Amino acid sequence: MSSRAAVLASIRRALGVTGDEATRRFEVETRLKQAPPGIVPKRGQGDVSGRVATFKAEAERAQASVVEIAGWEGAPAEIARYLREGNCPATLRMGDDPRLAAMPWRETSLDILHGASDGGDVNAVSAAFAGIAETGTLALVSGPDNPTTLNFLADNHIVVLPREAVEADYEGVFAKLRGTYGKGGAPRTLNFITGPSRSADIEQTLLLGAHGPRRLHILIVG
Amino acid sequence: MSVVATSARFKENAHEALTDARLQGALAFAGNFVARRAAAVARLPEFEALRDSARAIKDHTLAHLDLYLEAYERQVRASGGQVHYAQDADEARRIIIDLCKSMEAKSVTKGKSMIAEEIGLNEALEAAGIEPVETDLGEYIIQLRGEGPSHIIAPAIHLTAKDVEREFRKAHHGLPTDRSLAEPEQLLAEARQILRAKFLAADVGVTGANFLVAETGTSIIVTNEGNGDLTQILPEAHIVIASIEKIVPTLEDAAQLLRVLPRSATGQDASVYTTLSTGPRRPGDPDGPRAYHVVILDNGRSNMLGGEFQPMLRCIRCGACMNHCPVYQAVGGHAYGWVYPGPMGAVLTPSLIGVTEGGQLPNASTFCGRCEEVCPVRIPLPGMMRHWREREFERRLSPAPMRYGLGFWAFFAARPALYRLATDLAARAMRLAGRGRGRFSWLPFAGGWTRYRDLAAPEGATFQRQWRARSGPVR
Repeated sequence: MSSRAAVLASIRRALGVTGDEATRRFEVETRLKQAPPGIVPKRGQGDVSGRVATFKAEAERAQASVVEIAGWEGAPAEIARYLREGNCPATLRMGDDPRLAAMPWRETSLDILHGASDGGDVNAVSAAFAGIAETGTLALVSGPDNPTTLNFLADNHIVVLPREAVEADYEGVFAKLRGTYGKGGAPRTLNFITGPSRSADIEQTLLLGAHGPRRLHILIVG
Repeated sequence: MSVVATSARFKENAHEALTDARLQGALAFAGNFVARRAAAVARLPEFEALRDSARAIKDHTLAHLDLYLEAYERQVRASGGQVHYAQDADEARRIIIDLCKSMEAKSVTKGKSMIAEEIGLNEALEAAGIEPVETDLGEYIIQLRGEGPSHIIAPAIHLTAKDVEREFRKAHHGLPTDRSLAEPEQLLAEARQILRAKFLAADVGVTGANFLVAETGTSIIVTNEGNGDLTQILPEAHIVIASIEKIVPTLEDAAQLLRVLPRSATGQDASVYTTLSTGPRRPGDPDGPRAYHVVILDNGRSNMLGGEFQPMLRCIRCGACMNHCPVYQAVGGHAYGWVYPGPMGAVLTPSLIGVTEGGQLPNASTFCGRCEEVCPVRIPLPGMMRHWREREFERRLSPAPMRYGLGFWAFFAARPALYRLATDLAARAMRLAGRGRGRFSWLPFAGGWTRYRDLAAPEGATFQRQWRARSGPVR
């Protein structure tokens, strides 16, 4: 007997089932199909401006910095300001996201690099799939548009988040995922990110910048 | 079992821990968890309802575990990943070593995984000539020391910053002696620099999983450092090692559990990185692993289903039970002698390595009940420790004086009239004897108690006598 068969047989023996019970199969299929939401906290709910306000407050609690700007075309200038004031080098890595590509980068003196990071980048910018007001969390999906390495290897991670993409809760992001990837589908990597990297492993002292970005700067656009 | 257990020596381990001044100094920092959890819970009015929801999801999944495993497996395959089953630790190690060898791996980075600890993966990798690199800061520190974790979410909680500095100076050759490492910030920067190079050089990344989602074939890890992510996106292959009970049905179910996990663990509303991984790199992806494997471990867990210890399989490894445990706070995690410490370890260890080896641990409890009060999935931990004590007693594994003592007490307890008479006499005698100070600093047969504190002398009549006087006869 294969180990797969042995483990499943052992589970079925302990539960006193065969695996062929129609009612059990029906229950499992129904749950997978319907995906009931359970208890969803009220904290993130509200209209767009309410959700954005909650998102901002929660992200700042998690030590991210957040600015709101009127349109995508203003993002390069804001990013250049942020990097200049942080005494960071004037380089910026990004993926192929058309929303980022369409921005007027020539208006800044930033050197723009494209593609995945090999660990040598100080600054990177990504465009978010969604935001979650409930906990001030960003949702980023993998792919050529926004390579996952950019989320972790740069010291300063800058994320552009469209205002209308700020969902109330995780369930809102899952609904959006199913719209994009189909039911049962998912991107290769979905990163929920709440603030910059940190560790409290030494004497329970919270320190920012463990292995991932030391700083997380969010631009809410629109 | 691959990690050598000293759980049967719990009493000796605990004595050593209590007299270890360095350990006691480090454990003082562990108290922070309690206040942080309380603050996070106070911010979320739905928290108690979410605990009920989390418990119900786990119970439902365990009752249908065979079917959800099959559904999960189908979805992993559909996304291009592979699933391997391991009946025990030995088989899990073999699968991972074979995968690493087939990819000619020389270096393996690891995200923090209690299952990897349980199967002794590092030792097996080393024996196969492959370098395992722990990347969680706490795990990295204890790997340098050749130790196991002393806490399931804060593995190096038994160490001070000074201890960490000493290890770094010993292990990091080329570190200038005049470089200051006095501050935790400097230690973190040093580890970040050393490990960044290891991340980029690794051939395979091994992580655990907090949850496996049947709906999508997704594995989820929760970290604050980002080490688990660098472990899984940079190397050619990502291997996930997880036990059977990590399955949840849907993304929505995972979200319910993710709302109680970090709040119960570190007191955060959300951990910094919650990462959902589904299969290997896709066409057009500029990064990510080219191969994705999941090793699903049983190692005795399926035998816990359908019995009195099934609720233990609801555990989501937050560590709240040990953070709130007076015994854990006094002796730390290593005294428990195997992989899992604290109340959850006291219940799980005998299930996984047997009551002969682990049966001492359920005695490491004052039955104060705080672990059950804070458990996000409401596991009745004291009740289950009581089950284990009963089994230990039935199998005559408890020490003779304890068995005789219990037999002696049971003789009286089964004869109410005699019991009342005996306790009445004893209370009178002790009241007389303790008249002077109102407490005893020494009593026959109670040296274990009076060596550390006085025993108060009874005042007035026994409880039963007082009860009768106030409310009529005891029925």
